[in-house]
Amino acid sequence: MSDEQQIRVVLAKLGLDGHDRGIKVVARILRDAGMEVIYLGLRQTTDSIVAAAEQEDADAIGLSMHNAGHMTLAPAMVKALAKAELNTPVIVGGIVPDQDVQPLLDDGVAVVLGPGASAEEVAQAVRDAVANAN
Amino acid sequence: MSDTDAEEAWRASPEYAAWREKYDAAKVRDTPFETMSGVPVEPVYGPGPYPGQYPYTRGVYPTMYRSRLWTMRMFAGFGTAEDTNARFKDILRNGGTGLSTAFDMPTLMGRDSDSSWALGEVGRAGVAIDTLADMEDLFADIDLSGVSTSMTINGPAAIILAMYVAVAEKNGIGTDQLAGTIQNDIFKEYQAQKEYIYPPRPSVRVVTDMIQYTSAEMPRFHPVSISGYHIREAGSTAAQELAFTLANGFAYVEAATAAGVDVDEFAGRLSFFFNSHSDFFEEIGKFRAARRIWARWMKERYGATNERSMLCRFHTQTAGVSLTAQQPEINIARVAIQALAGALGGTQSLHTDSFDEALALPTEKAARIALRTQQIVAHETGVANVADPLGGSDYVEWMTDEMERQAEAIFAHLDDIGDGSILEGVYAGIENGYFVGEIADSAYRFEREVNNGNRIVVGVNEFTDGDEGQGDILRIEAEVEEYQRKRLADVKLARNDDDVARTLTAVTAAAADSTVNVMPSILDAVKAYATLEEIAMAMESVFGTYVEKAII
Repeated sequence: MSDEQQIRVVLAKLGLDGHDRGIKVVARILRDAGMEVIYLGLRQTTDSIVAAAEQEDADAIGLSMHNAGHMTLAPAMVKALAKAELNTPVIVGGIVPDQDVQPLLDDGVAVVLGPGASAEEVAQAVRDAVANAN
Repeated sequence: MSDTDAEEAWRASPEYAAWREKYDAAKVRDTPFETMSGVPVEPVYGPGPYPGQYPYTRGVYPTMYRSRLWTMRMFAGFGTAEDTNARFKDILRNGGTGLSTAFDMPTLMGRDSDSSWALGEVGRAGVAIDTLADMEDLFADIDLSGVSTSMTINGPAAIILAMYVAVAEKNGIGTDQLAGTIQNDIFKEYQAQKEYIYPPRPSVRVVTDMIQYTSAEMPRFHPVSISGYHIREAGSTAAQELAFTLANGFAYVEAATAAGVDVDEFAGRLSFFFNSHSDFFEEIGKFRAARRIWARWMKERYGATNERSMLCRFHTQTAGVSLTAQQPEINIARVAIQALAGALGGTQSLHTDSFDEALALPTEKAARIALRTQQIVAHETGVANVADPLGGSDYVEWMTDEMERQAEAIFAHLDDIGDGSILEGVYAGIENGYFVGEIADSAYRFEREVNNGNRIVVGVNEFTDGDEGQGDILRIEAEVEEYQRKRLADVKLARNDDDVARTLTAVTAAAADSTVNVMPSILDAVKAYATLEEIAMAMESVFGTYVEKAII
């Protein structure tokens, strides 16, 4: 059954930022691309996301950030996963200026998706991140 | 009928005569109302009802921009209260009379700067306010009786309003002299912006308390700015923005009248805030329909008799969501077109977005270009000479009717699920996921159209050559966070802990008794230098918190 290979993605809004238009669109894009999407919703913490990733046996974690908090929050997410001994790749999307992309990758974020990424690019980025992590 | 006959007919109508009388009695700007080639133009053309006449489709005032141009209100706020205070004084020195305040994310969510939730967010998207001491800094050496202050905050709006009142009292200014607007539109938080603290019903009770409080104590203050802007940014269509916003307005009217406030005592102080997006005629139809619907519902359904209660006066902001990160300079053209739609739609004030805002808060240069853009619309295009210049166009009138028809269908649905109450319908629509579901569906449909190429977004899926990457963007330094935490620690050391504990207990008691207005107890707590989060939590212990169901 193909379900055995179905990629499981946990999507979450980390912190106070309430902009959820993008993450809801991404959730539908990934679902249409055949993935299983677990959307945790708003106001999640690194702890709540780690717990969900463990419980749901997630293959990837997607964070959407629109409030300039990415340089603080995304590395904190990577650290929290490492502390829990999970190697789940973290994918960051949203409003991330170009000059922040490399520092985020250096801090262990798997992929950064900017505004304007097509549906195909988003789905492929998740597949690649999952493949590279295994 | 020839064109000349038609013109003679409307000029001879009693409506025109009534309008003309008001126009002639009004004071107009000292400027020639003629084209750049010297052709004199009339203040309005075509058949009535005319601007300032019910149902106000053509404008809320008889003279519209001939008396006063729209207010060019640019929204700003950053860093510490002292930083923003310096910016405010700069605005006032340059002849401005309106201050507009943006708060940072922790403040908007009722969190202090030392909360673990605030990490990385302090002072980034606006000014950080933890206690009355910050509010004193924010308005230091500013005569609050001589300015109008707009404060964009919702969940903890009652606490911020109380701080504003406390600052005025300390400076010997009576609450009756305070003018301004607090956004305080909690419904759209559950529907779109998601900056709520408590569940809907207790939140609306606080809004109602604020309407009552301002009606009695602050007659020049607008207690709610009913905002469609965020609904549209979250992905709604133009008609959904129109309908959800006006339905929220009806819901506040029902809530306040149910609490015993006469409709004409507060409805004239309600104002609106709409988005201006890129589909030019749809936006103009939306603005015109908004005025007509509000007037009709206020008069016919809610029994308003004061004309002011029927006027849909609104602020407009260009569509942030339409700005592209690719080839950012072309956003200047988008903003110009959207600003023009706002002016042709008869807005009372306008904020134009900066071209670099798809990436970060605007740089100074980008913000200046945005202001210059609306100054060009106001002073070079001639559109301010004639009220509702598109009125009478078959297409524009049809679009206005179509926006109204779609909105009425949504009102009928809300009335139905609310068993004859729009207020209950809005609660039901929040609880059953109607609003967020409709908005998410519209957002996804738009994305699909862009993705499959059926909808062209210049620079994104077509005409992509020439993107030179990102230029300078504004960075907020992390020192603000450290400064603000220290400031808060100092205030906590200096205050009287017994007073804080006593006043917070009183806030909780007031929250628990729905027959009591919460504002006086919040005012006492604020004066004791209780923090924003402490006061918010004192109410949360009674009201509980709201957690949205995560629906895709």
